[in-house]
Amino acid sequence: MSQSALTISGVDKFYGPIDRGVHAVKNLTMEIGKGEIVALLGSSGCGKTSTLRMIAGFEEVSRGAISVGGRQVHTLPPVKRNVAMAFEGYSLYPPLTVRENMAFALKAARLPKSEVDAKVASIAKLLEIEDILERYPSSISGGQQQRASLGRALIREADLHLLDEPMGQLEPQLRAVLRGRIKHFIKERGLTAILVTHDQTEANALADRIAVMEGGVLQQFDTPDRIKERPANLFTGTFVGEPPMNVFEAYVATAAGRINLKLPDGLSLDYDKDAFSAPVRDQLLSRERVVIGIRPYAVRRSKEGVPARVSANQWLGDQTHIAADFAGGSLVLVEHDRTRLDLGAPINVSIDPKNLHVFDQASGKAISHGMELA
Amino acid sequence: MEHTSLLERILRGIALTLVVIFFMFPIVWIFMMSFQTNETILRIPPQLIFEPTLANYTALITGKLMTAAGTLDIAFMRNLGNSVFLSVTSVAVSLLLGVPAAYAFARHKFRGSEDIAFTLLSFKFAPALLVLLPLTLYFQKLGLANTYIGLIWVYQLICLPLILWIVRGYFEDIPADIEYAYRIGGHSWFATFRKIALPLAGPGIAAAGLLAFIFAWNNFVFALVLASADKQPVTVGALAFITSSGIQYGQISAAIVLSITPTLALALYAQRYLVEGLSLGAVKG
Repeated sequence: MSQSALTISGVDKFYGPIDRGVHAVKNLTMEIGKGEIVALLGSSGCGKTSTLRMIAGFEEVSRGAISVGGRQVHTLPPVKRNVAMAFEGYSLYPPLTVRENMAFALKAARLPKSEVDAKVASIAKLLEIEDILERYPSSISGGQQQRASLGRALIREADLHLLDEPMGQLEPQLRAVLRGRIKHFIKERGLTAILVTHDQTEANALADRIAVMEGGVLQQFDTPDRIKERPANLFTGTFVGEPPMNVFEAYVATAAGRINLKLPDGLSLDYDKDAFSAPVRDQLLSRERVVIGIRPYAVRRSKEGVPARVSANQWLGDQTHIAADFAGGSLVLVEHDRTRLDLGAPINVSIDPKNLHVFDQASGKAISHGMELA
Repeated sequence: MEHTSLLERILRGIALTLVVIFFMFPIVWIFMMSFQTNETILRIPPQLIFEPTLANYTALITGKLMTAAGTLDIAFMRNLGNSVFLSVTSVAVSLLLGVPAAYAFARHKFRGSEDIAFTLLSFKFAPALLVLLPLTLYFQKLGLANTYIGLIWVYQLICLPLILWIVRGYFEDIPADIEYAYRIGGHSWFATFRKIALPLAGPGIAAAGLLAFIFAWNNFVFALVLASADKQPVTVGALAFITSSGIQYGQISAAIVLSITPTLALALYAQRYLVEGLSLGAVKG
């Protein structure tokens, strides 16, 4: 990552007049190193595809600058940016076969035919589409079209590979296999790739770093582990992670050397003052209200814990998801064994302060993760 | 396989037959009239059995019209030639101007693009006669009256909006990403237009061209007012058959048969092409 492959600085995207139209991407700044795989993760309409299309040159940059390999490109036409892209809607050329579609992408590079054939063959093998190379796009399934489209992007030698929802149409088994292969392919060739996805499993599996976007704003740009362990704000905390993080509003109170996090319905999480590290404790005590977040994996059932009532119990084959009515909301916990609990059964839950994420009540910004400040 | 009862099939057959008879009758009747003399045509009651004659066609092709009052010179073959020339040239000019314009309107939303497109369409709203009066005066001043260029120009009022709007729809139906995929692969904007957009919109362009050709071919009033005898198309030329000694129904019929033949042939030929084009990409159920 010595050299930057892509630099986005202060980019805004408006659909319609600047400052008055729809503000799709807001003051986006990020830097992607050479050889990195980055996932733009977010829900529909969060600006991730707009960002990708601005990099490709299909959307104008309303404000700010984009550089690829140190070269300013945001005013250049797509043809001069030297980026490859796999489109969400596949966008294969209907009159050409799958083979021709992929070879077509190499045409501008003017390679000898034997080399083109070899490249098509190797990519087709990678994506398991060797048997449909002579077919036309209209006669193959959506998943096959998607792989052909992905192949058309990967076959090129570009400074940047942009993949828009590259595996959305694939069957789960194939997706898992291809993820591994594509990652290996990209890493082996030292390519730089940006993938847009709303599937966090895909982002986690493929990407070196994930950029979480919401409402046109970059929420957090970090490694998958850090995003999971140290979410920068409430949005990232609840968006990333399956099942999602449990979130409750709490009042901070102290009594007899203990810290009480008072939840709705008269419930309270009581901790010894020394259960928190000093900086986290100071932060907690300086506030009246906070939002606490607990990953479902970190919720434990115990005899002395806070009472809750089971509202759903699902065995997924390898883990149990238990939902419980708790503090005026719902709490989800995950256990690895099959748990027999009837609906309405009372349980007690406890939460280790090491697993507590604390967020600012007003801004949603993270205050602390376990024993460390954010 | 669709399941239909016998009754349903019979009723459908009858309905289809009625429709075909209704639409085909005039054409068949005209075709038959074209092989008859005025006397047999005007016989009452009309008869289906007659002795066919090629006199009408001979008269048209030689340009000598025999009437009770003597021999008249008619320029039907020249009119036919004019029709072909005017229609083909007009459609060609319209395609040359209209297809790139349609692409621009479909792909690039610029300020006022909708207004311009609508204005072009609105040319078709105005009654031709309303446009013709001022146009005649202008054309006389400009020296365009009674010229092929002037006529082709005016014919753009017929062809251009039609081609523009139909082809625009076809361009809009092509996903923009297909073109983007080509452009990002290292091709210029113009190459994308030529290699991707044009072939994909091909059937639409053919359909629009065909329609425009038929409209241009059938135009009457522009040529009637703006052209004199030697530049007039068949539609206007047919007036020559209304002679002082009566209406020459036989020759009119023969003229109609000759003048619909090119459009009919074109439509039949293009229809095959159109169906082929439209069914591309529809292989998957």
